Amino acid sequence: MDHIVIIGNGIAGATAARHIRKLDNACRITMISEETDYFFSRTALMYVFMGHMQFEHTQPYENDFWSRNRLELLRDRVMAVDTDRKELRLQTGEVIRYHKLLLATGSLPNKFGWPGQDHQGVQGLYSKQDLELLEEYSATTERAVIVGGGLIGIELAEMLHSRNIPVTMLVREKNFWNSVLPDEESAMISRHIKEHHIDLRLESELEEILADSNGRVKAIKTKKGEEIECQLVGLTVGVHPNISFLEGSGIETNKGVLVNRRLETNVPDVYAAGDCAEQRQAIGERKAVEQVWYTGRMMGEVVAQNICGKRVEYAPDNWFNSAKFFDIEYQTYGWVWSKPKENEASLYWEHQDGKKALRLVYNTTNGALLGVNAFGIRLRHEVCDSWIRQKVHINEVVKALETANFDPEFYRRHEKAIRKHFKGRTAIA
Amino acid sequence: MEKEYISISLAKPDTHQLDAVQKGAVALGLTGLALLLITAFGVTFSNNALWLAISIGAIMVGAVVYAQRTYLNQPAGIRNNGVYFKSLTSRGALGWMAGIVLTLFYILLYWYPQYLGLGKDGAPNTGLVALFDPLSQFLKGEPASQWFMYGALYTLAILAFGFKFILKYRHNRYQLFRTISVMFFQLGFAFLLPEFLIRLNYPYNDFKEMWPLNYDFFDEWSVNSFLDSGNLGLFMLLFGVAMIFIISPVLTYLYGKRWYCSWVCGCGGLAETAGDPFRHLSSKKLSAWRLERWSIHLVTVFAILMTVGVVTSYLSEVARAQLIWGLVILLLLIGVLVAFFRRKHFNGQTRAIFLSVAALMAGVVLIHYFATPAKILFVDSQKLRSAYGFAIGAAFSGVIGVGFYPLLGSRVWCRFGCPMAAILGFQQRIFSRFRITTNGGQCISCGNCSTYCEMGIDVRSYAQSGQNIVRSSCVGCGICSAVCPRGVLKLENGSPNNRMKEDPAFIGNADNLMEYIKK
Ligand SMILES: Cc1cc2nc3c(=O)[nH]c(=O)nc-3n(C[C@H](O)[C@H](O)[C@H](O)COP(=O)(O)OP(=O)(O)OC[C@H]3O[C@@H](n4cnc5c(N)ncnc54)[C@H](O)[C@@H]3O)c2cc1C
Ligand code: SF4
Ligand code: SF4
Repeated sequence: MDHIVIIGNGIAGATAARHIRKLDNACRITMISEETDYFFSRTALMYVFMGHMQFEHTQPYENDFWSRNRLELLRDRVMAVDTDRKELRLQTGEVIRYHKLLLATGSLPNKFGWPGQDHQGVQGLYSKQDLELLEEYSATTERAVIVGGGLIGIELAEMLHSRNIPVTMLVREKNFWNSVLPDEESAMISRHIKEHHIDLRLESELEEILADSNGRVKAIKTKKGEEIECQLVGLTVGVHPNISFLEGSGIETNKGVLVNRRLETNVPDVYAAGDCAEQRQAIGERKAVEQVWYTGRMMGEVVAQNICGKRVEYAPDNWFNSAKFFDIEYQTYGWVWSKPKENEASLYWEHQDGKKALRLVYNTTNGALLGVNAFGIRLRHEVCDSWIRQKVHINEVVKALETANFDPEFYRRHEKAIRKHFKGRTAIA
Repeated sequence: MEKEYISISLAKPDTHQLDAVQKGAVALGLTGLALLLITAFGVTFSNNALWLAISIGAIMVGAVVYAQRTYLNQPAGIRNNGVYFKSLTSRGALGWMAGIVLTLFYILLYWYPQYLGLGKDGAPNTGLVALFDPLSQFLKGEPASQWFMYGALYTLAILAFGFKFILKYRHNRYQLFRTISVMFFQLGFAFLLPEFLIRLNYPYNDFKEMWPLNYDFFDEWSVNSFLDSGNLGLFMLLFGVAMIFIISPVLTYLYGKRWYCSWVCGCGGLAETAGDPFRHLSSKKLSAWRLERWSIHLVTVFAILMTVGVVTSYLSEVARAQLIWGLVILLLLIGVLVAFFRRKHFNGQTRAIFLSVAALMAGVVLIHYFATPAKILFVDSQKLRSAYGFAIGAAFSGVIGVGFYPLLGSRVWCRFGCPMAAILGFQQRIFSRFRITTNGGQCISCGNCSTYCEMGIDVRSYAQSGQNIVRSSCVGCGICSAVCPRGVLKLENGSPNNRMKEDPAFIGNADNLMEYIKK
């Protein structure tokens, strides 16, 4: 009987485990995690802190789901992998033998070597333990500073704000998330952040973190020389694959664990999926390391097939993602770059309330739709996806906007206004 | 296990305290409530009209100011901050206290109305009930009963908390419209219209409350009172029959059971407004779902059989045989239709439906052969009726249904005990255009939808696997869709074909993979 061992019980590991069980009823499957007993939704950590949910609500399956499906769970930390003897050494000293190994170890928050970054009260937000730490620090925090304006940064701002803790946000770009969002969207979100009384400081960078005599943060200094008093510093400047324990194992790594399209590493019977995997050859315009929930799920599905002896490639369809910036929901389909690439142009509409917007990016030579950004309007994934896949002409898309609407019933509809605004603005060579 | 996490509710509980205006508003509202309460302890005012106006005015103004202060000084959006930190909404001490007070109120109301001030045997009312005398005199020209007092308070609660709800969800027009609708139906159809009818010497009738929710609609005295009231009475009777046999099936086919449960019904109306702060307390456990399936089917079978028993008791031999065999044929037909529509998915639920239909059929036949006017199936019919009235009408819908809002969530009655919800739900599951569509691959499994589903449906389990939600218990409140941070859920009406999307292909991954997974 084969023993398949999965390190990591996140979306990638848990999805793989479920699908391996579907494909192979006999094998033994063990999932190891140092973080929690059960798979939970990392994306929901903020709602626990804000009191919308309790931690157990973030667990997508009831606790007995795992034993019912004979998925063994082990709460421990893997210290080293011996690929010759096919063994894992755990923190408790236990040694586990595997026939096949899946690395689904996720990420760790980045720290860029700032002076004072290890003081008490400085933290990232990734794991459940980070949330507990935040709970502890925030109880004695009069003001918090968040460094970095990405998706996790804005979530952290909303979390602290929900507890009435004043927040200063340092963002390097000239507007929030401007490295990903085009200028208009980025400016709109920046306005919304300020509407929620977040002290958003644009084009600001962290210089140094200062501590009091007990080693607890007391202030930060920016590159411009400002000093901001605070008792909590959230570092949300991106994440990197959590793979340091693989050193010396013979498994090839770069930023992440290097894998081919079938998510196999250089060592036979060792696979990687989710945040920690790095494609040797990036797929299309995608990043080689993809750090979102959806890609974790999709890689989990694919790697299960390969572990069970089927040959299936990770070949993701059009890119999609979503987020929520305080009250503004965001969905994106296909590619929308912060600055248009060659042969690209876009149509942009923004509602006068400054909380809804739509951008359609198209190819200027043939008019094909390339990407969609929607803010404050829900769109149908299926429709947007098929428009992009079938390279539907931008003018046809604008005509058929209604079919993509996914807002709740009775919501005010904006297609007419959008069409009017877009009229005659497409520029196709 | 995860027990250590309890610490989370200890940090910074003070940040969820109220500001001065909110405190003032709460104080004002509570003062109004206290005025009502002290009358319950035997204090009788000399000018009831004035005091009623003052106390209700204080409650309304307090609620309005509180709601405005809470929601209007921040941008519109989902506002569930601190729900699990507040004692009242997380089964803390305040939650238990509120539950106990509400429950006591219901016990007094149903079994000891004299303590609320009801004058027995023609004696004038005192206390709380007397406070409502002027309003009752004004509307229908007679002193208040405890039911009038209750109806007025009930309506007041739906209006006041409905206003709060509207402010809370003001960005969401589905919530807005449906709340205005339940407020309208409660005030107009449940409260004012029946009282006017009585004033005009017509039978008391709440047009929107149909059988079997209105379980004595077909009782002899009820039918007779309609028949004795001329054309309008006849219209009421026919309308009531049309409601259950024509109007409601058609509307449920078109829109799902939400047209009733979340837009019209008074029980639903109170649950959605006054009960909104407690909706997340509904149990999502598998065991709760099993209990729900048993109890809802049992209650329905019982309610129908009892009505049949009562009706047959006053019909002639011939009419009675016609009714019984007509029902048997109808039930057979339903059985065949269910078998046809569910032929591809014969699961536990289908079994439960079949069992119920079979039990009904056996029941009506037994009634035919063994029931007498005094006895339904060997049990004294009068006793059976009062037992039902006690168990279902009072204990369940009132004491547990509303009294336990702060402990079990807002829709306990609708979920476990309402025969109306069961019948509409049965149709919603089998034959309706309604479904909740999930949006491709966008779900992040966060769990907001499941947490805030008042019917205890594990919405996430469908959303994260790309399935549509077609559940008999879904009342279509739309809150799962509202709280979803990724825009995954949409309540929709559409073609009944492939409504469930039981074989979903996720968008986002390679096409060939989905084929592999299906194999
Ligand atoms: C606050 C927050 C919000 C987010 N919101 C979104 C969002 O809205 N949408 C989105 O698409 N993505 C979001 N993400 C990103 C998304 O959560 C991740 O991409 C995803 O969880 C990665 O899944 P994974 O299975 O690869 O790894 P993880 O979920 O990180 O799971 C890896 C597990 O492995 C364990 N582990 C690692 N090393 C070892 C070891 N040596 N021994 C034992 N166990 C080990 C870790 O403790 C961890 O439990 C968010 C992330 C965060 C932190
Ligand atoms: S599934 Fe959604 S719409 Fe249906 S009852 Fe639950 S929360 Fe309401
Ligand atoms: S609320 Fe939305 S994203 Fe969260 S689990 Fe439910 S459907 Fe998925």
